[in-house]
Amino acid sequence: MRDLHIVDISSNDIVYEPIRKGFGRGLVEAGRQNDQVVALCADLTESTQIHLFAKEFPERYIEVGIAEQNLVTVAAGLAAMGKIPFTSSYAAFSPGRNWEQYKTTACINNQPVKIVGSHAGLYTGPDGATHQMLEDIALMRVLPNNVVIVPCDSIEAYKATLALSQDKRPGYIRLARDNSAVMTTDDTPFQIGKAQVFSPGQDVTIIACGTMVYQALLAAEMLYHDGIDAEVINVATIKPLDTDTILASAKKTGCVITVEEAQINGGLGSAVAEVLSENYPLPLVRMGVRDRFGESGTPAELLEHFGLTAKHIALQAHSIVKKSVDS
Amino acid sequence: MGKNATANKRPIKELELIATKIREDIIISLEKAGSGHSAGPLGLADIFTALYFDVMKHDPSKPLWDERDILLLSNGHCAPVLYTTLAHSGYFEKAELSTLRKFGSRLQGHPERERLPGIETTSGPLGCGLSQAAGMALAMKINKNHHRWIYCILGDGEQNEGNIWEAAMLINKYNLHNIIAITDRNNIQIDGTTEYVMPLEDLGAKWEAFGWHVIDIDGNNIDAIIDACAMARSIVEKPVMILAHTIPGKGVDFMEGDYHWHGMPVGIADIAGAPPKNEQAKVALHELRTLEGKIRSEHQ
Repeated sequence: MRDLHIVDISSNDIVYEPIRKGFGRGLVEAGRQNDQVVALCADLTESTQIHLFAKEFPERYIEVGIAEQNLVTVAAGLAAMGKIPFTSSYAAFSPGRNWEQYKTTACINNQPVKIVGSHAGLYTGPDGATHQMLEDIALMRVLPNNVVIVPCDSIEAYKATLALSQDKRPGYIRLARDNSAVMTTDDTPFQIGKAQVFSPGQDVTIIACGTMVYQALLAAEMLYHDGIDAEVINVATIKPLDTDTILASAKKTGCVITVEEAQINGGLGSAVAEVLSENYPLPLVRMGVRDRFGESGTPAELLEHFGLTAKHIALQAHSIVKKSVDS
Repeated sequence: MGKNATANKRPIKELELIATKIREDIIISLEKAGSGHSAGPLGLADIFTALYFDVMKHDPSKPLWDERDILLLSNGHCAPVLYTTLAHSGYFEKAELSTLRKFGSRLQGHPERERLPGIETTSGPLGCGLSQAAGMALAMKINKNHHRWIYCILGDGEQNEGNIWEAAMLINKYNLHNIIAITDRNNIQIDGTTEYVMPLEDLGAKWEAFGWHVIDIDGNNIDAIIDACAMARSIVEKPVMILAHTIPGKGVDFMEGDYHWHGMPVGIADIAGAPPKNEQAKVALHELRTLEGKIRSEHQ
């Protein structure tokens, strides 16, 4: 791989781990670094990995029960008193159920309440459509003051959690349930609001977030063998969006693909499309779940079903590169 | 003003006069605004006067004083009584009340935390105040700082919201007894009486079933409000809900008890039983200025 920051994804010793695990470890470290960090959960401590914090800092942990509206509004009260509350549940319930409470008491109040949305996207697998939160990026992205982060792997989730604990704004972090590839290392840079070029290229820009970054890198490998030099950008921060990095790459390659395992409406692809169409219109393909709900299945089956594997990305790349050369 | 109020008690008669002035300013600012809620703020004037001019420890010259008691207005549409009381306490100039709901004003239609000194949280969408009180009390508990009081004002119709009962359970679970909740039990909401829209009774029994100590009072009796708050502070085994029975529109005859005034200012609509709209403000102010003997806050 011709990148500067990440592991060789073509190697056979790629490690797999759920992204949420990185959050769990990151929050413990955040708690060690700052005694104002507190945690709340709505009866999902182990699956959201917040149990690690609860175990080490029981006096700073609050169990609110199955009550997501209370989860974020209690957190807002804690934040008003100087705490930095991390609230965890499944993304389907938080922010799925408590969006207005979060808007009013965290975002208008402009307080550092953090929503940790675990089990987001298709990697939730067999639980089906009700639990596969695909709308969270769109919901969170429209809120003023709010930071939206979709880490690509567990190591990035660790860094993002620490960064959010040091950030004064309200923020959302999206986590996936099942094992996914670990691409970054302890040395891979992470900064809120900064996109990272994980693999430089000249012919097409592939912008991805979350688990789709790995698929994008695999696609870039395939494309390299086909003579297409793809640039892969990890946009971990959806808001604020790193428009400079996106525009610089678009101007270089002349065509862009976005990939996310979320609704195609309002997510990463929409954010990128807004920037490009206002500043530098060019051929663009948005890949994601196309205005449908999910269903039960393994993550691999679902990615195949919704057309979100490396192979699908490579196909789109071939077609968009051809189109932009023809035009 | 306000700070260490307990050391410098005002006679009840003086508090009644302050409440009357607050009511007058509520009417005047709502008429200028041309929209907003009348009934709730008028009914709450005695509670706000008692809290800001007697009960609470606060300092208008230091709105972020870290020893202050906190007031959360969960039913944010009653902002006019909060703004007017803050102005009368000295948080900002009374002249600013005339900007209520106007473009560029710090007195937004519903209160916003970062806009105006003395506003502890943003509210309007109902059901969120008690949870935030819980979060504040939990922070105090974590900090081992129990000597501050959190007064949370709730509407009664607001208690249709599930979020309130989630908070009620959590506050009981953690025994956050430095929260004193006060329900403005005025029996009205937008579409009619509370018992017509969504029956709340037996409201006291509901709160008791959730593990709270309930005190019923006449919420337009300043003496009773002060007494109930003193009793609430002495109860440490349970959180306390003061069910303050108030008369919506209190002080203005044609508004009292009529739910049509829930979300309406004087001067924009002809309502059965009320003066013509162009005379409503005048009549209301005249009634308030001649209230003497009408609001019996002091037991005589």
